[in-house]
Amino acid sequence: MATGEITAGEYIKHHLTNLTFGRFPDGTWGWARDAADVQAMGFWAFHVDSLAWSVGLGALFLWWFRRVARRATAGVPGGAQNFVEWIVEFVDANVRGSFSARNDLVAPLSLTIFVWIFLMNLMDLVPVDWIPQLAHLLGVPYMKIVPSTDPNVTFGMAFVVFGLMLYYSVRIKGLGGFVGELAFQPFGRWGAPINLVLEGVALISKPVSLALRLFGNMYAGETIFILIALMYGAGWILGVFGGLLQLGWAIFHVLIITLQAFIFMVLTIVYLDMAHQEHH
Amino acid sequence: MNLNATLIGQSITFLVFVWFCMKYIWPPLTRALEERRRKIADGLAAAERGRREQELAARRAAEVIHEAKEQAADIIARAERRAAEIVEEAKAEARAEGERILAAARSEIEQEIHRAREELRRQVAALAVAGAERILEREVDERAHARLLDELAAGL
Repeated sequence: MATGEITAGEYIKHHLTNLTFGRFPDGTWGWARDAADVQAMGFWAFHVDSLAWSVGLGALFLWWFRRVARRATAGVPGGAQNFVEWIVEFVDANVRGSFSARNDLVAPLSLTIFVWIFLMNLMDLVPVDWIPQLAHLLGVPYMKIVPSTDPNVTFGMAFVVFGLMLYYSVRIKGLGGFVGELAFQPFGRWGAPINLVLEGVALISKPVSLALRLFGNMYAGETIFILIALMYGAGWILGVFGGLLQLGWAIFHVLIITLQAFIFMVLTIVYLDMAHQEHH
Repeated sequence: MNLNATLIGQSITFLVFVWFCMKYIWPPLTRALEERRRKIADGLAAAERGRREQELAARRAAEVIHEAKEQAADIIARAERRAAEIVEEAKAEARAEGERILAAARSEIEQEIHRAREELRRQVAALAVAGAERILEREVDERAHARLLDELAAGL
């Protein structure tokens, strides 16, 4: 537990609060000291920890892959290149399998999504107290290290995917074609209002479900880790039991974090493929 | 769950990362993969070509060996024939030589016999003369009877 005196509720709340920098209602910018400050800031606030960790992990991914890519040879690959090529070929196979049009953006996009989300999810396996405690010692009050448990992060990515879907839909089918697709299906010309409602909901649900699926899974996983961590403060029997639970949950979570990264990637490919399909 | 400007930050970061990946990471890696695929294909094709060439060479080598064997057999047959000829020739020569030697020996013997016969004749003549001398108890004029003696010797 973070400190000996705080209650379980406070502990959980502490672990689920982001380090926030934003604009106070009076117009000044500064760090939020507690949940009330965050509430008061409203939209103009940044979760600095989420952003820093996600950017850091993304940069790590790009730096490492770039390093391997620059040294990539067509000859016998080294260990790092072999590993990177394995991932690239895995992503490429998925793109080839699900995406039928020609678009040079989709494969790199999928690779970025898969590896980046995997790395962000991977932070979930770091014991929940280590880094927040370290940050606490350094004087940073809040530190949430799993960016994908922040809905802003997952929605940020899902909205970009949504934007690409809209962009390619309009570019491939034209504005008329795209609107037509929304308005004249499935009930034909005379059912246009109903069609628009149905197709509109279907369209909006894509990015929302994309973001919420990842967020929900990771948030739930993180919460369970926090609850397990609570056991360590409740006597040694529960502590040992908690340790076993944490191990089990972490092992199970390895599957979840990979699966969620994979699902996000595959759905992105599928959605973009649908955006490229002429009327079906 | 509070949505705020983090979302915008994350979106922009995401776009930048995707752009970077698309520009600097994906192309070199796929290029390397493609190039390796081509290299392997080339290698396999070269191996296939090599195999075919090797097969061809093996067939040609077999042909050459076959030809050489035939030639060798031919040479051996010819050599055997030649050897037989040489043996025959040598035999014929030896036979001729033998006959010549035999003939020479024979003529020599003939001469020896002849000579011996002459000698014998002379001695017999002398013996006959001596015998006659003894019988007649007187000297016979050799000269007077030389013709007679010669006739006698020729008669032996």
